[in-house]
Amino acid sequence: MNGKWDGGKSTVMKKYTEEYPKFYLYKRIVQTKLFIDSHYSSKIDLNDIADEALFSKFHFIRLFKSIYAKTPHQYLTKVRLDKAQELLQQNLSVTDVCFEVGFESLSSFTGLFKRMIKTSPSVYQKQFQERQRKIKEAPLQFVPNCWAENKGWKK
Amino acid sequence: MNHVSVFVLNQDSAYEFYVNKLGFKVHTDAPMGPGMRWITVCPPEQPDLEISLMSIDEGMMFKGEAAKQMRDLVAKGTFGFGVFECNDLMATYEEMKSKGIVFKKPPTKEFYGYEALFVDDSGNWFSLGQRK
Repeated sequence: MNGKWDGGKSTVMKKYTEEYPKFYLYKRIVQTKLFIDSHYSSKIDLNDIADEALFSKFHFIRLFKSIYAKTPHQYLTKVRLDKAQELLQQNLSVTDVCFEVGFESLSSFTGLFKRMIKTSPSVYQKQFQERQRKIKEAPLQFVPNCWAENKGWKK
Repeated sequence: MNHVSVFVLNQDSAYEFYVNKLGFKVHTDAPMGPGMRWITVCPPEQPDLEISLMSIDEGMMFKGEAAKQMRDLVAKGTFGFGVFECNDLMATYEEMKSKGIVFKKPPTKEFYGYEALFVDDSGNWFSLGQRK
């Protein structure tokens, strides 16, 4: 099984396989995580992912959770909400953000956002814009004095 | 602690490394006049720890030759600026490697768990650990 990953050539890899008995599983779980990172905006069926990784669904979820402390579904939701925050920061409308990150209903998106981020998407966006405005107006408020002095930014 | 500084050779390239490769969040990105920028990032799970990506400029802190000397030292990989901890080192290592991040030391068993060392785009190194 090890040879599949390193061609049996790398002593470094050999070392891992000794220290991490289930090393070959890691690559698959990491690939799944990276797949979610790059495909969060499309409709992802996590059953398909488990099939592709040749795991039973139960085994797959258990392994994923042992590494990322979240089930694949919880992780997908987290990625979508993280991306939603980024897009809200770029001034996209709440509706656009919702569909852009892969949610299918505006009400479930705003509900989930509120529950996890503790504020609504529109309030989040307003607060971000307000902070950006303050940074632009008076950037020194955001820099500890010692650094501002060292950099010669305090006049 | 809420602020810590990492001296970098190029702030744009450091932004690319810390935000787009390492997955850190931008905390504050403030233009400070021509060619100057105050930029802090934070690890995703530590939104209150601002890591300032500091350019090395001649001025009050680095006088005369000191800025060049400091840049040389950073580029040579002299400085280790901190220790990060992750839930699963092997998985994190695999992911970081796939993003092109360079490791000085692969995950290695230590008495307290596992440790690896990675290098940022300037040459600063960090320990990445897993306690178990």
